Amino acid sequence: MTNNLQRLTLADYVAGIKAKQFTALEVRRAVHETIAAKNSQLNAYVTVFDQHLTKTYEGQLGGAPITLKDNILIKGERTTASSHVLDKFKPPYSATVYQKLKQAGAAIIGKTNMDAWAHGSSTETSDYGRTLNPRNPEFLPGGSSGGSAAAVAADMTIAAVGTETAGSIRQPSAWCGVVGLKPTYGRVSRYGIVAMASSTDSPGPITKTVEDSAMLLNYVAGQDPHDSTTAPNAVPDYTSFLGKSIKGLKVGVLYQDVAGLEKVNEQIEHAAKVLEKLGATVTRAHALDPHFAIGVYTIVQRAEVSSNLARYDGIRFGNDRSFFGSEAKRRIMLGTYTLAKGYAEKYYLTAQKVRTLFINDFEQLFSQFDVLIHPTSPGFAKKTGATEGEAMFGELEDMLLEPSSVTGLPGISLPCYHDSQTNLFLGLNILAPRFREDLLISVADAFEKATNWNTWRNR
Amino acid sequence: MAAQNFTTQQVKHIAALANVPVSVEEERAIASAFSETLTVIANLATIDTSTVEPTAQTTGLENVWREDLVTPETMLSQIDALANAPATAQGYFVVKRILHHDQ
Amino acid sequence: MTKTAAYQLVCGLEIHAELKTASKMFCGCKNDPFHAPEPNCYTCPVCLGLPGALPVANKKAIEWTIKLGLALGCKINLYSKFDRKHYFYPDLPKGYQISQYDLPFCYDGILETSTGPVKITRIHLEEDTGKLLHKTINGEKVSLIDFNRSSVPLVEIVSEPDIHSAAQAKEYAKKMRDILRALEIADCDMEQGGMRLEANTSLKESTASDLPRYKVEVKNINSFRFLEQAIIKEIERQSELLSAGQTPSQETRGYNPETGETFAQRSKESAEDYRYFPDPDLPPFRFSEQQIEQWREELPELPHQRAQRWVQQYHIDQRFADSLSVGQASTASLELIFTNASTQSLDVNKIASAIVNKRLTVPTSSDDVDAALAKYQAEITTSTVDTEAITPIIEKVLTANPDVVAKYKAGHTPVLGFLMGQVMRELTTKPDPQALQKLIITTIEATNS
Repeated sequence: MTNNLQRLTLADYVAGIKAKQFTALEVRRAVHETIAAKNSQLNAYVTVFDQHLTKTYEGQLGGAPITLKDNILIKGERTTASSHVLDKFKPPYSATVYQKLKQAGAAIIGKTNMDAWAHGSSTETSDYGRTLNPRNPEFLPGGSSGGSAAAVAADMTIAAVGTETAGSIRQPSAWCGVVGLKPTYGRVSRYGIVAMASSTDSPGPITKTVEDSAMLLNYVAGQDPHDSTTAPNAVPDYTSFLGKSIKGLKVGVLYQDVAGLEKVNEQIEHAAKVLEKLGATVTRAHALDPHFAIGVYTIVQRAEVSSNLARYDGIRFGNDRSFFGSEAKRRIMLGTYTLAKGYAEKYYLTAQKVRTLFINDFEQLFSQFDVLIHPTSPGFAKKTGATEGEAMFGELEDMLLEPSSVTGLPGISLPCYHDSQTNLFLGLNILAPRFREDLLISVADAFEKATNWNTWRNR
Repeated sequence: MAAQNFTTQQVKHIAALANVPVSVEEERAIASAFSETLTVIANLATIDTSTVEPTAQTTGLENVWREDLVTPETMLSQIDALANAPATAQGYFVVKRILHHDQ
Repeated sequence: MTKTAAYQLVCGLEIHAELKTASKMFCGCKNDPFHAPEPNCYTCPVCLGLPGALPVANKKAIEWTIKLGLALGCKINLYSKFDRKHYFYPDLPKGYQISQYDLPFCYDGILETSTGPVKITRIHLEEDTGKLLHKTINGEKVSLIDFNRSSVPLVEIVSEPDIHSAAQAKEYAKKMRDILRALEIADCDMEQGGMRLEANTSLKESTASDLPRYKVEVKNINSFRFLEQAIIKEIERQSELLSAGQTPSQETRGYNPETGETFAQRSKESAEDYRYFPDPDLPPFRFSEQQIEQWREELPELPHQRAQRWVQQYHIDQRFADSLSVGQASTASLELIFTNASTQSLDVNKIASAIVNKRLTVPTSSDDVDAALAKYQAEITTSTVDTEAITPIIEKVLTANPDVVAKYKAGHTPVLGFLMGQVMRELTTKPDPQALQKLIITTIEATNS
């Protein structure tokens, strides 16, 4: 790999193709060689598409190699959601996000590994083996979009699209030291994506830089007649919010009083100082205890999971229900229980009510602040094997992200600290009101440019 | 919502309702996993939600519907509809005979 | 009255009707399962329940459901939604049916029958399931599944247990079908399953005020006649048990038209747990009062309303008006005949009677109405037989002489002379013999014995 073309960001790729600095084929070859060299160890990919090496692409993205999480359907291509139930499933139709990227000229080069059915925050519970963290293979990449984040971090793709139900884009992005953007619920179509929790699932970009995430968001956002929950709000040019001054912006810092977060909060304090230097005013803010969000999320998600996975009976497609892994079985059953007669009021209804409390709490916070920040994760990436025997691993790891997930708010995570010993990263999470991804991009871009945590910028 | 110890009997019942096949070992593991989960979420019971309305959807959207038109471009041919099925016959999906209706 | 006189039937009907929208309820597939050229050809990812598929509601189906509710005097829930109803069965691809739970589009309606009003509890909208065919292939018992019908819009109409006789149940079901057809929202082809009937039946002692403690559900009835027979059977079966001091089991029963018996299908001791919750993929609906009023204004005149109007406007007998308002003849043509007749100062009731008794054919084209009227007038005024006055007399004579009628029908035409004599005996003026003979023959042929 003498040319290092696989290290290009999406923005540099598009500019370079236009300026004829390299060809699409050259870049794709470099990426494929990287995959060949690293994937047997990292196991980021479930399926790699070889045929695209000779194809040509029209459209603004000009053949940029992009990878999709394996819960995003592509017509005629194996789609598994990393579960043995869908081992041989080849859908007869494609997801809207795939169609949009294809129209924009992207080269979808493969499908990335995930926790089976997106049930997890480690990618250790994939039926096709765990993915390793490219920064340090003794550690996990996070999940459930662990394959996507690992592929980006290891230059096994130029950019990726993952999905988040509660943390599944932002947490693996933080653990792998890349940028992960979870759009507002309803901003990006869910049509053609294996459903997990229908009321919180959000597809979104996982990229090397904030600029790349703005670019990808432009292509995947928008109302879809196939998805009744997508918003009619116009899609602005998200790249126009890059390079903006954040002078006078009011930033609130959350969760500084939560026990056990002392180490990560230290880094958030540093991040806050960076923002202050850029002209923002940063204040501590008190939010509803995120520990309550665990209950809301666990119940709502598992209830909707039990419902969404009812269609997998092995009659019209796939294998029968005995092929579900133990995590999936647990979640389906707990979900069934929380909806069952005699229990639905106690569990499901209560969870929906507490969800309202979180919505109100954020409304109140956003009346005082433009954006909110907090640590993406309670700590660094965990070691492989950490999920064994842990019934609530995911939901506990994602505690800080669950409030924004269950309320449908957009959030972005980007690196804010690097440990040179372990080579692992911490992520800074920024939240904005619904449909204010513009604020996320402006703040994140400013932070990224003012600091040195980004692997690809200025190198 | 006090934490409770789940019995394998309860797990059996839920497994039947959820149509999920579980082995005897799995029953035990799931029973303890349930207990753990319910312990973690028990804190929801400490919040006063008596004056709060439940939120089922965060979009605030209403009246999303479509005109009554046939869209041939979304329809599948019989071949495509059956393509992923493990058992088909004469254009139908095939399943072992059920002894009685569920409904 | 039977030996069951001590007990009174307490019966509610559940009617499902497939709406004849062009496309399905939650996808753009063609809604025409009965005429599909082959199985599984009107399907898509949504109605097949494939991974990643999402429902999008058919606006017309919602509008028609509300119009049905308005036609039946229902209140409309201005805020409504769809819920998921969970159960596992091979013809239900998602493992749940999108239906309505606690906020149906319509509630609190009423349908009048000749033996009293039947209140309608609710009308809601849901999606139909696929169809199962039971076969044996290579010696193995299997079920074949066709999803052409999956996700076709289905209205479910639930009545209060206000029905007190099998005949009333039949009348209720027939009237419901007439309304669905008059609104042009459903064909109600019962043989194909376009309209399905279920009866919840129990008996209470005539003097008791409380509802019975049990309920027997009779399902899969696909004709009005079978509905009536099944209910009669159930009244017999249940009263036998009750008289013996037993309570009939709470269960679901089917009806076997060949044996005329009902049979147990499955116990309903524990009700199904459908684990309803609002479908997160479908935002709720909110209607304004204006929208509802606009839909109410768009309702066509319903059969019973038309019948009333004809009674008032043209002084037609109730029985003729009732029959003609749901009959085969086109409403427009009937309306035209009545109006024209009225303008000509003719006795519209006699004309209505003539139509009912098939002595005047309603023309299909409105251009022919005046000619038909003129012809009819000519027949009764220039002919020396007053058809309307003499027919009842002829009928009386025929009824009194069934053996003679039989002889004539067997080919012994000379017996007509005897019948003519019998009729003329009752008349004050002597009619034209040829015309009278013609009229007697017509009358014999018109009776169905």
